[in-house]
Amino acid sequence: MTRVPAPSGTDAATSAPPLARLLGATRRYGEVVALDDVSLDVPAGQLLGLLGPNGAGKSTLLQLLCGLRRPTSGTVELFGRPPWEPAGRAQLGMTPQETGLPPTLRVGEVVDVVAGHYPDPVPTAELLERFGLAELRRRQTGGLSGGQKRRLAVALAFVGRPRLVLLDEPTTGLDVDARHDLWEAVRAYHRGGGTVVLTSHYLEEVEALAERVVVVDRGRVLVDGTLDEVRSAVPARRVRLRAAALPDLGAERVVVDGDRHELWATDADALVRRLVRSGSEFSELEVSSPSLEEAFLAVTASGGAARSDQSTRTSEGAR
Amino acid sequence: MSAATTGTSPVSGRSAPGALRLTALHTRSQLLETVRVPIAVVGTVVFPTLTMLFFVVPQPFADEPVAATGATAQISLFAVMSVCLFTYGVGVAEDRALPWDSYLRTLPVGAGPRLAGRLLNGLAFALVSLVPLVLVAWLLTAATLPLDRLALTAGALAAAALPMLGLGLWIGYRMTTKAALAVAQVLLLPLAFGGGLFLPPEMFPSWLDAVSTWLPTRAGRDLVVSATTGADLPATTWPVLAAWGLLTAALAVRAYRRDEGRRFR
Repeated sequence: MTRVPAPSGTDAATSAPPLARLLGATRRYGEVVALDDVSLDVPAGQLLGLLGPNGAGKSTLLQLLCGLRRPTSGTVELFGRPPWEPAGRAQLGMTPQETGLPPTLRVGEVVDVVAGHYPDPVPTAELLERFGLAELRRRQTGGLSGGQKRRLAVALAFVGRPRLVLLDEPTTGLDVDARHDLWEAVRAYHRGGGTVVLTSHYLEEVEALAERVVVVDRGRVLVDGTLDEVRSAVPARRVRLRAAALPDLGAERVVVDGDRHELWATDADALVRRLVRSGSEFSELEVSSPSLEEAFLAVTASGGAARSDQSTRTSEGAR
Repeated sequence: MSAATTGTSPVSGRSAPGALRLTALHTRSQLLETVRVPIAVVGTVVFPTLTMLFFVVPQPFADEPVAATGATAQISLFAVMSVCLFTYGVGVAEDRALPWDSYLRTLPVGAGPRLAGRLLNGLAFALVSLVPLVLVAWLLTAATLPLDRLALTAGALAAAALPMLGLGLWIGYRMTTKAALAVAQVLLLPLAFGGGLFLPPEMFPSWLDAVSTWLPTRAGRDLVVSATTGADLPATTWPVLAAWGLLTAALAVRAYRRDEGRRFR
């Protein structure tokens, strides 16, 4: 149902310079280092998924790319120019993370305001039709449902027929159907030659869309590669048990909550052998193959039981 | 897929919208946003009228044409000034904390059109707020304004408001909402009093008159009073007004450029 306008620059670039580039970019907020010496190229035509837990630096990275913030040190370029120059953003489309649309403006008016910034925008009626918002054109955005706001916010990214689109958690708060419609829209745009940088908490989403995955945590790039490469970078097995205390068993990641232990390892068999040989008292042993999403969250988690709760919840998909 | 397939290069075909079109765009949407919250408009319109009713109408000089006209001009400028400091100082600080404002900053538009949109909005609202005030002055006091001075007075008010607008925008883009509110309040009364908006400068001691000459509010007040009553314009008025106008405009633009939305610590 939702189709997305193709980008205006449909030249399937052969060895063109990257559309966006970070070179040794660091961003500090006071004492906090949100992004730490990150280098990243976004070549034309790529669909790049940016993954990481909350506070990992994903949003800061996008804010540097769209010119909202400047790096404390290092370089950021958008279409070969600094992104804080308006001309650098002429071929950029963006969806804000929070759907903070002006509540008193009507849907059509919001689209018109954004469209007015581009030389050849998609006509408002056509854009609203593509995103299933046509019948809401006269409604004030304050009266829209969460999902409708989200769809409008994503639609805004495509008004100006951009060559590069930054989608910051585009499907947060959407139900499963709306999510899949949106994925289809992003794929269609990409098939037409468009370049996408997408952030998400949901590995499922990145799995469904991205060709290249960049995992960010604590301001650094942990993994940058294809989906398979990312898969092999995280431990595949989870061992759970109850024990008063455990020696170091060589697990890649340990989460302890009272007497509950959660150990992550690529080779769970070896880990269990070491556990038995150590002679430690334990009970309720359980070995499982969690989803890639849970594994990924466990690796990037800063530890603690709250995080393991969250991983099971997010693995259920929507919401 | 429709128009996109025809344009091979994004640069070909229609060119990017110019600064005038972008200014019109931002002016319109800001105006719509404000007008659709009627209570905000009512507050702006009622406030100066009440000031007039309480502080000018009951006074004995309300029956003398020149004094009443001068007093009305001073209160008008005070009204315009508080619109600038509050609506466009505190208002901008509030807006900056909203995600929509951050989003607009990612569009291909620079400081110019967005600031110009705000400026035009401020002027429009200030002028609208003057309508009931002028009605009260006309009906309840001896103040007179010949029709041929009306346009001149409106122009004088607009010119006198510009440094205040720059000041408001500088506060708005430089500070958080709470700080902006405090600074606007701290600046409003001394500037208004020192500029002769409450008491006419003829009643000032000489040292205060000397200081007052260099204030943007005094220059603005002299300009507006001269436009309404035909009083002589001191030689300092235009240079002082222009200097403050340039300074505050530069501060406002600089604050806008350095702004990154909400600040995190």
